[in-house]
Amino acid sequence: MTSIAATQTAAGTQPVTGLKAQLRRAERLKKIKAMLLVAPLALFLIIAFVLPISSMLWRSIDNTEVSQVMPQTATLIQQWDGSGLPDEAVFAAFAAELRDSRSGGGLGRIGRRLNYEDPTFRSLLTRTLRGLPASTELSWTEELISIDPRWNDTATWQAIQRTAPLTTDRYLLASLDLERNAEGQIVKVAENQQLYIQVFKRTLIIAGGVTLICLFLGFPLAYLLATLPTSTSNLLLICVLLPFWTSLLVRTAAWIVLLQSGGLVNAGLMWTGLIDSPIQLVFNRIGVFFAMVHVLLPFMILPLYSVMKGVSPSYQRAAVSLGAHPFAAFWQVYVPQTLSGIAAGTILVFIMALGYYITPALVGGPSDQMVSYYVAYYTNTTNNWGMAAALGALLLIVTLLLYMVYHKLVNQKQLVRS
Amino acid sequence: MSLQPYASPIERIWFWVFRVFCGLILVFLMIPVLVIIPLSFSDSSFLTYPIQGFSLRWYEQIFSAGPWMDSLKNSLIVAPLATLLAMIFGTLAAVGLNRADFPGKGLILALLISPMVVPLVIVAVGMYFFFANLGLLNSYTGLVIAHAVLGVPFVVITVNATLQGFDYNQMRAGASLGASPLRVFFTVVLPQIIPGVASGGLFAFATSFDEVVVALFIASPTERTLPIQMFSGIRENISPAIAAMATILILMSVVLLLVMELLRRRSEKMRSHS
Repeated sequence: MTSIAATQTAAGTQPVTGLKAQLRRAERLKKIKAMLLVAPLALFLIIAFVLPISSMLWRSIDNTEVSQVMPQTATLIQQWDGSGLPDEAVFAAFAAELRDSRSGGGLGRIGRRLNYEDPTFRSLLTRTLRGLPASTELSWTEELISIDPRWNDTATWQAIQRTAPLTTDRYLLASLDLERNAEGQIVKVAENQQLYIQVFKRTLIIAGGVTLICLFLGFPLAYLLATLPTSTSNLLLICVLLPFWTSLLVRTAAWIVLLQSGGLVNAGLMWTGLIDSPIQLVFNRIGVFFAMVHVLLPFMILPLYSVMKGVSPSYQRAAVSLGAHPFAAFWQVYVPQTLSGIAAGTILVFIMALGYYITPALVGGPSDQMVSYYVAYYTNTTNNWGMAAALGALLLIVTLLLYMVYHKLVNQKQLVRS
Repeated sequence: MSLQPYASPIERIWFWVFRVFCGLILVFLMIPVLVIIPLSFSDSSFLTYPIQGFSLRWYEQIFSAGPWMDSLKNSLIVAPLATLLAMIFGTLAAVGLNRADFPGKGLILALLISPMVVPLVIVAVGMYFFFANLGLLNSYTGLVIAHAVLGVPFVVITVNATLQGFDYNQMRAGASLGASPLRVFFTVVLPQIIPGVASGGLFAFATSFDEVVVALFIASPTERTLPIQMFSGIRENISPAIAAMATILILMSVVLLLVMELLRRRSEKMRSHS
C-alpha cells in the first residue's frame, strides 16, 4: 500500500522511465506480499500432507530391508549371474551379516521381507542362525549347506538376489495380480491367488453403480427444486441439506436399523405381502448401495440444482410452441443445458465413492469391501506396508486423474454451497 | 413448474408420477434421520420398532461419566482447535490468492484443495507413518494437525468465493488514511468476509467432528473421539445409546444448517449493498 502511495508522490518529480520502474517494483511487491500470505498454508500442507503421502507412496517401491541389514551381501550378490551357486565371498558375507542381524531387530525385518519371496524363509534364517558356528575350518559354502540343504538351491539365493536392489516393483505388480517369474518376466499370478483385479473391479462397480443411481434419483429432484417457486423449493432443500449435514456415522447406524431383519423396511415389505419372511438387506451389497447412495446423493443434487437454477425455462417452452413433443423438448433442449452440472455431480460422486471405507466396513459383508479396506488391512493387520502403499498409489492415481477432469469442468466455487 | 389448465391427460399423469417419484426420494433422504430419533427414547435394549415404553435411560447412560462423555470431550477439544488453525491459514491464503497473480498460482490452488480429494484412507496411512516418526502418534497435537489439514480446503473455497465481490480499493483507501495493513485487514476486510470465514469454519468443524478414518489410525484410546466411539459402537453392539447420541448430533446439524442459512443471507445482503 505504502509503496503505491510512494509511487504516486514520486510521479510528479521523476521522469517517465523512473515511474515505470517504480510501478513495476510496486507490482512486484504486491506479488511478494500475496505469496507471503499463501506461504504459511502452503508450507503447512507440504509438511503435514504432501510429505506424509509421498513418503507412504515411496514404500510401494521401497526394498531397502535387505540392503540395510546385509549391505555387503546385497552388494556382492547383485554381481552374481544367477546360475549355479554364488561364490564363497557371498556365503561368507551372508554368514557374518546373518550373525550380526540378531541385534537391533534386523533379523525380523529381513525375515519379513524374504518371506514375501518364499513363506518358509524366516524359519530357514532362524534355523541357520541357530546352527551357525563362530568360525569355520571348512568353507562357509559347505558350512551353510550342512546346516540346511536349501542353501544348495539356486532358487534360495535367487530370492535373496531379488531383495537386494534398493527398489522393487513387486508390490505394484502384485496389486495388479502380476509377478516376476524366475526368469524375471512379468506374468500373471496363479488363478487361485488372484485378488486385487477383483477388488479394483468391485470398487469400480460399486462406485459406478452408486453414481448412476445418484444421477437417476438426483436429476429429477434437482429439476423439481429448480422449477418450483423459491419459497417451496427452499423448504424442500432442507430435506436435502439436513442429511448432508448429519454425521455419516449417524446415517450409517440409521440404515442398519432400517434394513436389519426386524427393521422397518422388512416389516413394510412383509406387510404389503411382497415377501413372507425377512430378507437380508444389510451386511451385503444391498446395504452398501442404500447407505452410499444416501450419503452421496446431496453431492449430486447440489451441483445439478445450481446449474439448473440458471437455465431459463423459456427455451423449453419455445421448443414446445414450435411443435416439439414435450419429452423431446426436455431431452433435446433442456438436458443439454444441464450437462455441466451432470458432469460435475457425476465425477464428484464417483471420486468420493472410489475412496469409501467406513460405510462398506459397517454395512457391507466381506465381499463388499473396496480398495480402501485393503489399504487399511495391510497397514493395521498384516504390516505389509509395501502392499498397502502400492494399492494406495493406484487408488490415488485414478482419483487424481478424475479430479483433473473435474477441475477442468467446474469452478471451485460450486463444490461448496456458500 | 406447475400444471397448465390445458394439459392433456397424459401430461397430467406424467406430472403426478414425477411428483410422487420426487416425494419418494425426499422420503428416502429424510427417513434415516427421522427414524433414529424415537428409538433413543425407547426403554428396550434393542433398536427395533414398535417402541414398547418410553425411557430416558440411554440419555442418562451417554451423559454419565464414561466412554461417551470422554469421547465427546475429546472431540470438543480437537475440533475447535483444528477449526481455528484451518480458519487462520485458510483465510490468509485465500486473501493472498486474490490479491495478485503470481507464478504457479493454479498449482498452489490445486495443492490447497487437494486434502478434500485424496481418499481418506491414503491420508490416514500416510499420516500414521509420518506421525510415528515425529512422535505425534497418539497425541492431541497430531489429531489437531490432521483435522486442520482436512478442514483447510473448505475455508479456502468459501473465503475465496466471498472475496470475489470484494473491492480492493477499500484497502487502498484505508492505507491512504494512515491505517496499518493489519488494522486495514481487521477493520475493513474481515468484517466483509466474515460470513465466508465463518461458513468455512463450520465446514471444517463438521469435518473434524465427523472424521473417523484418520482418527482411527492416529489416535490411541486416550484421544478417542466421538466418531471413533460411534464407529466401534455400531460395529460391536449397536445399542440405543447410539440412537441417543445420534439424536444429539442431528440436533447439532439442525443448528449448523440454520447458522449456515443465516450466514448465507448475511453475505447476500452485504453483496447487494456494495
